Amino acid sequence: MSTPPAGPLVNTETSAAPGPTGLADAPLLEVEDLRVEFHTRDGVASVLNGVSYHVRAGETLAVLGESGSGKSVTANTVMGILPVPPARITGGAIRYRGEELLTADEERRRELRGEHVAMIFQDALSALNPVFTVGFQIGEQLRTRRGMSRRDARARAVELLDMVGIPGAKQRVTSFPHEFSGGMRQRAMIAMSLALDPDVLIADEPTTALDVTVQAQIMDLLADIQREREMGLILITHDLGVVAEVADRIAVMYAGRIVEQGDVHQLFAEPRHPYTEALLASIPRLDSKGTELQAIRGLPPTLTRIPSGCPFHPRCPRVRDVCRETDPPLLALPGGRASACLFAEELAQS
Amino acid sequence: MNTPEQILEVDGLVKHFPVKIGAVIKRTVGHVRAVDGVSFTLNKGETLGIVGESGCGKSTLAQVLMRLEPPTAGAVRFHGEDIFTKRGAALKALRRQVQIVLQDPYTSLNPRMTVADIVGEPFEIHPEVAPKGDRRRKVQELLDVVGLNPDFVNRYPHQFSGGQRQRIGIARALALRPEVIICDEPVSALDVSIQAQVMNLLGELQREFGLSYIFIAHDLSVVRHLSDRVGVMYLGKMVELGTEAEIYTRAAHPYTQALLSAVPVPDPSVREGRSRIRLTGDVPSPVDPPSGCRFRTRCWKATEICSTEEPELTVRSGGHHLSGCHHAHEENLLPG
Repeated sequence: MSTPPAGPLVNTETSAAPGPTGLADAPLLEVEDLRVEFHTRDGVASVLNGVSYHVRAGETLAVLGESGSGKSVTANTVMGILPVPPARITGGAIRYRGEELLTADEERRRELRGEHVAMIFQDALSALNPVFTVGFQIGEQLRTRRGMSRRDARARAVELLDMVGIPGAKQRVTSFPHEFSGGMRQRAMIAMSLALDPDVLIADEPTTALDVTVQAQIMDLLADIQREREMGLILITHDLGVVAEVADRIAVMYAGRIVEQGDVHQLFAEPRHPYTEALLASIPRLDSKGTELQAIRGLPPTLTRIPSGCPFHPRCPRVRDVCRETDPPLLALPGGRASACLFAEELAQS
Repeated sequence: MNTPEQILEVDGLVKHFPVKIGAVIKRTVGHVRAVDGVSFTLNKGETLGIVGESGCGKSTLAQVLMRLEPPTAGAVRFHGEDIFTKRGAALKALRRQVQIVLQDPYTSLNPRMTVADIVGEPFEIHPEVAPKGDRRRKVQELLDVVGLNPDFVNRYPHQFSGGQRQRIGIARALALRPEVIICDEPVSALDVSIQAQVMNLLGELQREFGLSYIFIAHDLSVVRHLSDRVGVMYLGKMVELGTEAEIYTRAAHPYTQALLSAVPVPDPSVREGRSRIRLTGDVPSPVDPPSGCRFRTRCWKATEICSTEEPELTVRSGGHHLSGCHHAHEENLLPG
């Protein structure tokens, strides 16, 4: 590889970023009105129906939702790993530091995604290649993108493994993924994602497959790394506990849209969407023993047949006639929050 | 509480799996000590929760209790009679009384059988419970009990959602009117909003039919919600056993304390002030567990005695419930 190493590339990046640079408040990554559909045997599934969110430097945005809510599809679209077809992006924009990704040419897109946005997955065993050593896989990007020699790439891989807390990194760099435990594999994935110093990290259910004591270790590690590097972290999860522990802001997804967005403290204390409210009431608590859980009735909608009006209306305890007809947009509320419920203000008073 | 009726008694239960190598001539090179001397009792109408991380032996325990695996040593007594010596009609009668609900509602239901066949299959083996002409009605009754539309009897599992499938699994377990149901991670494959529905159903059924549950799960919040008593397992051993309140608010074993402090609490207002115990490393291999106390390699309280002497599961000084630690000390690890 004859590509020049890191230095100049990074410089062109920063100078190429349009708009007023140095603004701490400007989002690093922004998704706007993203629409994706899947063509399936049962018809067209509207998987994303206008999803918008953003993450700033040093901020943790939690994307909370159940299976089929579209939280992973959004992330995969951002990373450009959506299977097209069957998927089709029908609208919207993804911007990195203001630069549009979806309309950029292939080379630029690869550059932006590869260098600045990294992703880790739930199942580290299947995300890692079983026939290459962990060190080789971490070093691969350094060799291809940074033009490092094998020896340098390996040395850097050892540093990265050491940084994510793998004991005996020097010996472990030649191990294969199956020789690692679940927690160590996830650490290796994190090491790999950090190799190119990204400033946005998307973590898709990073601890769901792990035991609770290991989950705590990994969440601590992610939080430390994020703080040190001032990264923007997008944490995709279904676990309200994990969200409450680490998030700054939350976007709650349901049926391929964001139904509520806001600061973590406000959202837990005073949810402004009946779905969020119902979710919070339906989970068992570690710190108290309740008698009956307030279960949400019914099932999440099938994406080929999303109900008319508000998609949550068939399960909503606060449903009114108008909810069956009007699809409520995500509207801003005081305090930097947003809700897609027609009666968000009423929820505030109740 | 007046003296409860004891249904099940597990006494020093051991289950080792041989580790074999060699393609043609197999040699045993060691044993996975999946369950290594576990004792507890189950009373009528109560739920005993069993928590622990993967590899602690909780699912193997379920398999042995169901008599799906023979034990290496130890006894399980159902109404005072050893279940492993039962044969023939006595064994069949026992099987009626102890049923299981499995974790994965996608693989635990045969995709080529209708709901009527799945839920009604136990009646084929135990025709005395439902005479042939009456089975369809019985199945419909069961579906109604678990909150499914009785008209769905002719549907196949793939036509149902995960939560509904788990209800089918529960209906099947209820078919023979058992006394004990072993629930092995019954809600962990379900979405958050569906978990609550199934947990409520399990609670209702228990009250209605006076069932006793052994509720195995890794989610400590779920276990607390449903359990009267809780046992904590680590590497094949029961390390602490007590009432739900004792385990969650006065945990004495360092492992239980670490577990409790690691569980994320869905309340952002307490995240700053929580005490956190972070274990380092991973669970050791059950083929070659540490000497003495099995938790000592990850324990911050470990001393000389922990490596030489295995701590017994017993009531420790100053405590009220069973714990297996030389340095047991009750503490409340929960926020607030």
